[in-house]
Amino acid sequence: MSIAEADRPEGKVFKQIGKRIKRPDGVDKVTGRARYGADLNLSGMLHGATLRSPHAHAVLISIDTSKAEAMTGVKAVVTRDDFAEQPDEMAAAGELPVNYMHVVRNVMAREKVLYDGHPVAAVAATSMSIARKALKLIEVKYEVLPHVIEPDEAMKDDAPILDETLFTDGVDPKPTKPSNVSKIVKIKKGDIEAGFEQAEVIVERTYHTKPVHQGYIEPQACVASYSEDGSGELWVTTQGPFMYRSFTARLCGMDVSKLKVTPSEMGGGFGGKNNVYGEPVAMVLSRKSNRPVKMVMNRGEVFRATGPTSGGHMTVKLGATKDGRITAAKADLAFQAGAFPGAPIGPATMTAFACYDLENVLATGYDVISNRPKVAAYRAPGAQVIAFAVESAMDELAKKLEIEPIDLRMQNAAKEGTKAAYGPVFGPIGMEETLQAVKDHPNYNVPLGPNQGRGVASGFWFNIGGETSVTMNLNEDGTVALLVGNPDIGGSRASMSMMAAEELGIEAEDVRVSIADTGSLGFNFLSAGSRTTFAVGKTTINAAREVIKEMKARAAKIWDIPEDAVVWEDGHARPASTNAGDFEPLSIVEIAKKASTTGGPISGHIQTNVTGAGPSLATEAVDVEVDPETGQVKILRVTVAQDAGKAIHPSYVEGQFQGAAVQGIGWALNEEYIYDDKGRLENPNFLDYRIPVASDLPMIDTVIVEVPNPNHPYGVRGIGETSIVPVMAAVNNAIENAIGVRLSDLPMSPPKVLKAIEENS
Amino acid sequence: MAKYHITAEINGDETEYLCEPEQTLLDVLRDELNYTGTKEGCGSGDCGACTVMMNGRHVCSCLVLGAEANGAKIETVEGMADGDNLHPLQEKFIEHAALQCGICTPGILVASKALLERNPDPTETEVRYWLAGNLCRCTGYDKIIRAVMDAASEMRGN
Ligand code: FES
Ligand code: FES
Repeated sequence: MSIAEADRPEGKVFKQIGKRIKRPDGVDKVTGRARYGADLNLSGMLHGATLRSPHAHAVLISIDTSKAEAMTGVKAVVTRDDFAEQPDEMAAAGELPVNYMHVVRNVMAREKVLYDGHPVAAVAATSMSIARKALKLIEVKYEVLPHVIEPDEAMKDDAPILDETLFTDGVDPKPTKPSNVSKIVKIKKGDIEAGFEQAEVIVERTYHTKPVHQGYIEPQACVASYSEDGSGELWVTTQGPFMYRSFTARLCGMDVSKLKVTPSEMGGGFGGKNNVYGEPVAMVLSRKSNRPVKMVMNRGEVFRATGPTSGGHMTVKLGATKDGRITAAKADLAFQAGAFPGAPIGPATMTAFACYDLENVLATGYDVISNRPKVAAYRAPGAQVIAFAVESAMDELAKKLEIEPIDLRMQNAAKEGTKAAYGPVFGPIGMEETLQAVKDHPNYNVPLGPNQGRGVASGFWFNIGGETSVTMNLNEDGTVALLVGNPDIGGSRASMSMMAAEELGIEAEDVRVSIADTGSLGFNFLSAGSRTTFAVGKTTINAAREVIKEMKARAAKIWDIPEDAVVWEDGHARPASTNAGDFEPLSIVEIAKKASTTGGPISGHIQTNVTGAGPSLATEAVDVEVDPETGQVKILRVTVAQDAGKAIHPSYVEGQFQGAAVQGIGWALNEEYIYDDKGRLENPNFLDYRIPVASDLPMIDTVIVEVPNPNHPYGVRGIGETSIVPVMAAVNNAIENAIGVRLSDLPMSPPKVLKAIEENS
Repeated sequence: MAKYHITAEINGDETEYLCEPEQTLLDVLRDELNYTGTKEGCGSGDCGACTVMMNGRHVCSCLVLGAEANGAKIETVEGMADGDNLHPLQEKFIEHAALQCGICTPGILVASKALLERNPDPTETEVRYWLAGNLCRCTGYDKIIRAVMDAASEMRGN
């Protein structure tokens, strides 16, 4: 879909866009009426529970379920025997594609268990307490194997091998020995050696990050109901009902047409609800028991078995001339994929230096499997991990060059026309604008006290478009029903209604947005990659234009003039000029009321694969105060400037910036997966895995930068992810500024900070 | 299995239920009585999504046994609005966009109401510490704090 000249976003005057309307699902969500994953109960419904491996790595020798099956109240038990083998075949799943052969093994362990928490069997019973008791009666024999967690350990020659059939992809000649390195990718531009030769100043350092969890407050939950006629329904909290349909149908051996997935309201996802876990298991339990089955994870299961993000082991080297021109940038990064291949090394290598306009770049990524849950996407997957290293290195380089860090970034900033190392030539992007916005913000000039420091960092995220299908129906009273296929994570019903209203020339409250089940629309890609407001919004606008076209045709019919003699303005059809005829304008209400006699119902339907998502850049400044006695880091001020292209509903744009910044603060200071020497997760709860709470934080100040995306009628860019990217480095740079020592390992918890202070004194 | 026969007042209605000895008040509210507005985020007292009022105090209903509620007065998010008048906190949460996914919202609303009943004029710091037991992963708390402060101000008649 190309955009006409008249449609260029610059200078457009909006009536709805940019308002702060009340979200249409607000009342439901403040009264407890909104139904989330665990909120559905069906008659005859059973409760499912999952038996999980206590070992990090073991051969699964046998599973005896006979005692559990004999227990009163137990209606079905499933194990690996209930799932057919799947071929070695990749499928799209958000930012991180997955392999069916691995999905089936992650859902239910087959030959081996590969992490603490890996499902081994599941039970459906008439009550949760019976289901839990039945799990204790299942006898599993394991042969425990040596395990490995950290990527640098897993890459060693003598490391325990998780998958004997895995040979590193991306090396020539093809290796002869299996390895935990599933893949090596390289992003190259220019001549890296020559670049370092030109450099007068070089910095190089190795950085580590720990796996962290998305930490959505609503655990995975679903109700599966398989009918005797071979069809099934799935109610589930998900970022992608269509994707969950594909995976569940495939794993359960069903035709896609036989399965209807209805998305519930979703209590947070952040990339963690792109993949199936218990859903196919619940469906098979339902098929075996002929009863609906509810499966709800507890928090321990969420931590132990659903996708955290990768921990990374990274070395970054930057070279520059004395006047601050970066001549070479190199990154080596090894990311944990968890038990199956698929760490975000692609996005990490591509985004590593994407904020800058550089001649010579080399980024090499290693996808390393180890005995941890399979990673899932987490808000700008991979980009945040490598940005911690790259943006810390930028700060170190600036200090060495004695240039203000924000100015060094400005001097090397990517801009329109920059050819990114990963291929494309950028259109208009907001790197310089976000740097300037932070520099101009009052926070940037607040004087710092003793033990206080200020850090700046920037970040890049691509954003995506993807398959989208939208239907708009004009109701008989002139109101509008809009059907979209992407769950509302945080205000998308509001932004869709605003875009539809803008086009139609009506009020947003006259557009009712519903989230479709998979039977009601064509395929929609996940709510991921910050695509919803951009791609579903663009498709909604085009659906509205279809409706307008049809309404004009109806007016033309009523007036008996040619269609092209009718224009649409402010919710009315009008004759294009007095030459066309002298008719009173027809409102959308009047046209709707006459629809039955002018040709029947009026609707617009668009299905497309949306392209042209504009990257969104962000720059952030963080002020900290470090307690020299305890090493405790207090966050004093946070300023987030991100390019939204055009903010549809500014409050929800700010909310994304703020939420992302705070997730990054947790990642920087507290959050980490801690394993014991047997490879068991030691902190699978919110007490020991500590996410930020209200009293840890100040207000989060935001600046919405608007550099319009020329590929969206209103200039929209996705904004859901970038704001997390710079945070960990900004905090690190602030700590360095406060204590004079640079840290290189996350989280920067009090003991680590204290050690750094003591070593320095 | 022997169940307890419990009588409690829930959102003003006298309610009888049977519960297993190990069922929590949260389980009872959600699974037996269909008050699914109260959410479970952890089941261990760490997230506050399950916050309800019990005899005038806000508690994590996942840490209270269903049987302990005998004779108690329970208030959940479903009881906050007065007919079709939303509570000022509910209004302000919508107005300030203080919810994104909304899963933490019921617990935070109930906890905030408990705060304002005790302290009608809290400082920002007091709101932040009062809500420190209620996790929100989406908002970064900024708009939640503003909504609570604004609701307090409105309830004081400003
Ligand atoms: S569910 Fe009760 S505190 Fe989390
Ligand atoms: S709004 Fe999602 S957890 Fe608070």
